[in-house]
This record gives sequence, C-alpha cells and structure tokens, in this order.
Amino acid sequence: MLSADGVGIMEAARPQGWVLEPEALRLLEMSGVPVPRFAWARSPAETVEAAAGIGYPVVAKVVSPQILHKSDVQGVQPGIADSGGLTDAYERFSRLPGFEGVIVAEMLSGRELIVGAKHDFQFGPVILLGIGGTAVEVYQDTATRMAPLKASDVQSMLGCLRGRRLLTGHRGAAAVNLSQLTETVLRFSDLVMALGDRIDSIDLNPVFCSSERCVVADARIMLAR
Amino acid sequence: MNFTPLFKPKTIAVAGVSLSNERHPANVIYNKTHLRYPVKVYPVNPKGGTFKRDRVYRSMDEISGPIDLAVIAVRADHVPEILAQCIRRNVGGAVIVSGGFAEIGRVDLQEQITAMAREANFPFIGPNCLGIYAPGHFDTFFLPGERLVRPTPGPVGFVSQSGGVLVDQMVKFTEQGLGLSLAVSIGNKALIREIDLLRHLASDPETRVIAFYVEGFGRNEGRAFVELAAGIPKPVVILKAGKTTEGSRAVSSHTASLAGDYRVFSDVLAQHGIVEARSEFELTCFCESLSHYPRGIDGNVGIITVSGGHGALASDVCAGLGLRVPRLSEAVQRELRAGLSDNIRDIASLGNPVDLTGSAVDEDFVAALSVLSQAREVDSVLLLLLPYSPGISSDLGARLSYVHQQNGKPLVAYVPHVEKYRILIEGFELNNVPVASSIDGAAFMMEAMRRCRPC
Repeated sequence: MLSADGVGIMEAARPQGWVLEPEALRLLEMSGVPVPRFAWARSPAETVEAAAGIGYPVVAKVVSPQILHKSDVQGVQPGIADSGGLTDAYERFSRLPGFEGVIVAEMLSGRELIVGAKHDFQFGPVILLGIGGTAVEVYQDTATRMAPLKASDVQSMLGCLRGRRLLTGHRGAAAVNLSQLTETVLRFSDLVMALGDRIDSIDLNPVFCSSERCVVADARIMLAR
Repeated sequence: MNFTPLFKPKTIAVAGVSLSNERHPANVIYNKTHLRYPVKVYPVNPKGGTFKRDRVYRSMDEISGPIDLAVIAVRADHVPEILAQCIRRNVGGAVIVSGGFAEIGRVDLQEQITAMAREANFPFIGPNCLGIYAPGHFDTFFLPGERLVRPTPGPVGFVSQSGGVLVDQMVKFTEQGLGLSLAVSIGNKALIREIDLLRHLASDPETRVIAFYVEGFGRNEGRAFVELAAGIPKPVVILKAGKTTEGSRAVSSHTASLAGDYRVFSDVLAQHGIVEARSEFELTCFCESLSHYPRGIDGNVGIITVSGGHGALASDVCAGLGLRVPRLSEAVQRELRAGLSDNIRDIASLGNPVDLTGSAVDEDFVAALSVLSQAREVDSVLLLLLPYSPGISSDLGARLSYVHQQNGKPLVAYVPHVEKYRILIEGFELNNVPVASSIDGAAFMMEAMRRCRPC
C-alpha cells in the first residue's frame, strides 16, 4: 500500500507525467531506499544554507517540470566547492525553462549501477538491475526479474551480469556492499509493488555503490500514460 | 471446465461435411476419424442426406446418444448457430477449426461465441486452429493423414499458438524418436488458453514434459502463467516467437529500453525455472532430455570420448552455453586409470574430457562411466560414442545404460544417427538414456537440465 504522502506525490506529478526529482527522492526515502542528503532550494540564499548543512562539495541540479533530461540542457553541476560556485549555478539554472528551484545534494562515489522498474504488459511490475551510468545503453548489461523480488533474485541478477566482477572487487578496488545493495533493491521492489500500475517505468541511475553503502543519485519516475 | 470429452472423446460430430467437395476440411477430418481411429463419428450438414453410405445429420439435435466432441468446420457466420446446438444438446466440448474471427478483425463474432461458451461452461479450442492431435486416439487436423508425420504416444504435451509450427514440430519430434501425450493448436485461443492447458497437462499422468510455442500473452497473463508453472513439478519448455520486435517504439527511460518485451520474457522464464528454448532444435533437444531427467543440474559435465577432437568440440559448445567441463581431480583420474585396460592405460587422457582413444574397448567405457557416475565433481555425463572405433560392440549402448541406472546421474549420448548404428542407439533409448544425433544436440540436452532450475 502506498502511503497518503506517496499518493500525493504521484497525483502532483500528473501534469508533467513524471515525478520531479526532489519529490522522487522523497518518495524513495519514505520507502527505505537510501538517497543522498539533499534539499530543494528556491533562492540563492537557500542553496547556500542547504550546502552548509550538507557539507561541500555538493552537486546542484535544476528542478523544472519542463526538463526531464537535465544533462542535455547543462542542468547538472557536480563538484561545487563553495558558496560562490553554488550561487553561480543557481543563477545559470534560473534562466532554464520552467525553473522551479535547485536540488542541492551531497556528492557520492562508488560503482555506478542502474536499478529500474517497468510495468510490463505481460508480466506486470518487473525490476531491472545492471551496470549503470550514462553509457548504460551502450553496455546493455542488465538483468530483469518479475517483482516482488526475493533476496535470492537479487543474487541471481548480479550473477547474470557480464560486469559482475566490477562489483566484487576488481583490480584492487573494494567490493561493493552486497547486503546494502540487496536491501536497496528489495525496498525498491516493495515500492514498485505499492505503486502498481500508476507507473510506466522508473530509472534509478546512477545508484552509487561503495563498500559502505548504496545511494540513489538520480531518480526518474514516469507515470503510466 | 471438464476437458476429458475434448481430449478423450468416444463420439465425435463433424459439422460442415460437404456432400460434393471431397477436399473440404470437414471431410478430411471426417474421413480420417471415421476410417482410422477408435471413435464413433457423425457427419453433420443442414442439407442432410447420405455420405459414404453413412447418414448425414441435419443438426446436432438429430444425433441420438451422447456426443463428446464437436469439430466445427463451417463458415464463421454459421459457427454461433452450431455452437448453440452443441450447448443445447449437451455436447462435451468443441474444436472450432473455422477461421474468420479476430484474425481478420471480426472481434465481435469471436466475442459472441466466447460469451456463449463461457455462460454455458462449454469448453472449446480455437477458433482458427488445427485443434487436437492425440496419438493413437484421434486428431482434428484438416490435413490428410498420409501427409502428416505422426509421432507415437509419448511423454511430451505440446501446445502451440500456430498450427504450422505444431505440425512441423511433430516432424522434429519424430526424427528424435520422441512421442507425444497430446498436441493442441489453440489458434486464436478465444476461450481455452495456454494457462488452461498448462493446468490440464500438469495433472495428466501421461505427460512428463509440457512444451509451448508462444507468440505472446495477454495483459498480465504472463504473470499468472509463470506463477502456475513454477509450482508444477514437471519441466515446462517454451519456444517464443517475436524476439526481435522490441526497441521499435520510442521510449523515455533506460529501463523501458533495456527491459524490452523479449528481454523481460526471457529473464522472467529463467527466474521461474521455466526452460526457454531459443530455436526449434533446442525445443526438440530440451523435450527429449527433460522427459528423461526432469530435475535441474548445476551443469558440471564429464565428457567421455574416443576422439580428442570431438571432446574439444563438445567442450567448446558446453562452455558457450554456460555449462562447465571441470578438470577432474587427481584422485578421480587415478581411479579412472586403474579401471582401464592395459592397452590404453598409458595413452588415455583423463583430465576431462576423458579421451579413451580409438583403442578403447567396451569394458573401458563401462569402467570410465562407472567412475564418473560416482564422482561428485561432475553432475552429468556426456558420452561421445563413435561406432567407427573397432573396439566398440553393438551391445555397448545397453551396457552403459545399465551403469547409468545404478545411480541415475544424467547421461546423454551422441551417436551418429545412421541406420547401421540403430542397435547401439536403441540400446540407449530403450533403456531410458537420450541419444542426440549431433554434438550440439547432446550439449543442448545437457543445457536443458541446467536451465530447468530457477536462475
């Protein structure tokens, strides 16, 4: 069952057909899916205040119901080190169409994964897990399972990935925290079941996984048409 | 719904028999059932009269006594009337061969007959289908018997959305020596669908493997199907068409693009331990293998060969499929070597593949298979038996089958399928060991068992 708050978020997203990122992050957080420390700032002063609470460096991202693909319009500024950089970014984003403020969030690191969901015509809600990042459609290294998932499903999805060794400690890199990853995917699966046929698809991409934790850096929730 | 009258009828009425056109589908069906099957058959045509010295009935109502099955091969517009007769007359069920429904846009007509049947709890197959093939009992195919390749009774229940694929697969099954318990072409599947027949075949004692050719499921129907299949102890094999139509629509998310219709289909089958066959050759190999070995394996294959080349080729095919050919431990190799005859003890290569060389005799195969059947390092054995090797006798198939039966570890043999090796092949097959006609086929038989457990 989706909470009243969750229903509200989905209802508010109807006009543009997708959930604004700060609201998507809030929905995930309510469902126990880890998200970065973030704030939705509506003025330069609010961004600086938010960053002080989060700690530099931060990433700033434009919030606009008219901008689904933020990178395409230079609407993402990572690695901002101080308040000057932050207010500059705010100034630049404010000229983009439909501007409704800025997300200020902590910078994350780790392996980039994609965790996704879609409402499949034949099988209903399905969950996707794979190697993420901007080249996700180049590598096409993903596995899909029918939701709701069990922990063993997450294990077998990881086993299906060609790039699974990237996650288990490749060339001296620390292995990602598989129990955190499993937990994250299972909580996401619960959310997807609760959303039911309200959604068309969801991309959590990237999800940064390190040896300590797995955190959703970006979330796109597309409503059913 | 009770499917017994559909699949095990004692009396059949064929609606649409023509008094003038010998090649009418209804006539073909009437002729074959009348002449060659142990059922009583009644021709039906509103004109009445006689046909081949048999009375033609004007309607179902004129026939006295029970009718288990009606085969309906009349023009689509007349189907509702015949169906109404069947329901009124308490016929057990129907196969609606006629086309002219949803496939040409007459969704209304299809919905009309489906609603009639549903209300009366009356089972029918079709429309727009070949219907039922029940080996040795009857069939409703409007294809002359002499044109069909007719599998013998056997372990595979096969359901196909396409009649053409079904008939062709009957050829493939027969070539493999694989029999059918029941085959059903479901056509437009207006009422009885894959999931209904999955449920039926799951409880049918003659069926050991359930196979499907599927083009697509309805909304959320795939979910119900895989959930049911996952709970059935019999292996379920699916050949899916339409693997490559995905990606044509513009999609707004990576997930929708990456999890295209076929990717989801394939991954969800694996998740539920349903075996996906990717070609008709795989389908045949998988059904053969799983009819003998219904339980899954991890896929650690021991290979026994008399030719190094065959061993290497088989290893490559296995590895390509995701099977492993693990190097055997020193202990197992020692044990293998101890059992071999003096002739080959020092020249055989035992790491896996176990290459007994062309000098091997029957006893060497028996000894090697005995050791591998006990070795925990492999969970299955692939035997590449090349009868050109002079030390191999015609008894070897049966002898090795007995070794296999001692502990039941899955054994698959490759023997070239030519007539002069028939006695060797039958030595295996009559003793429940599947035999492939190619190295690829043998590897697919192994792969079937690996795919037969949830991924």
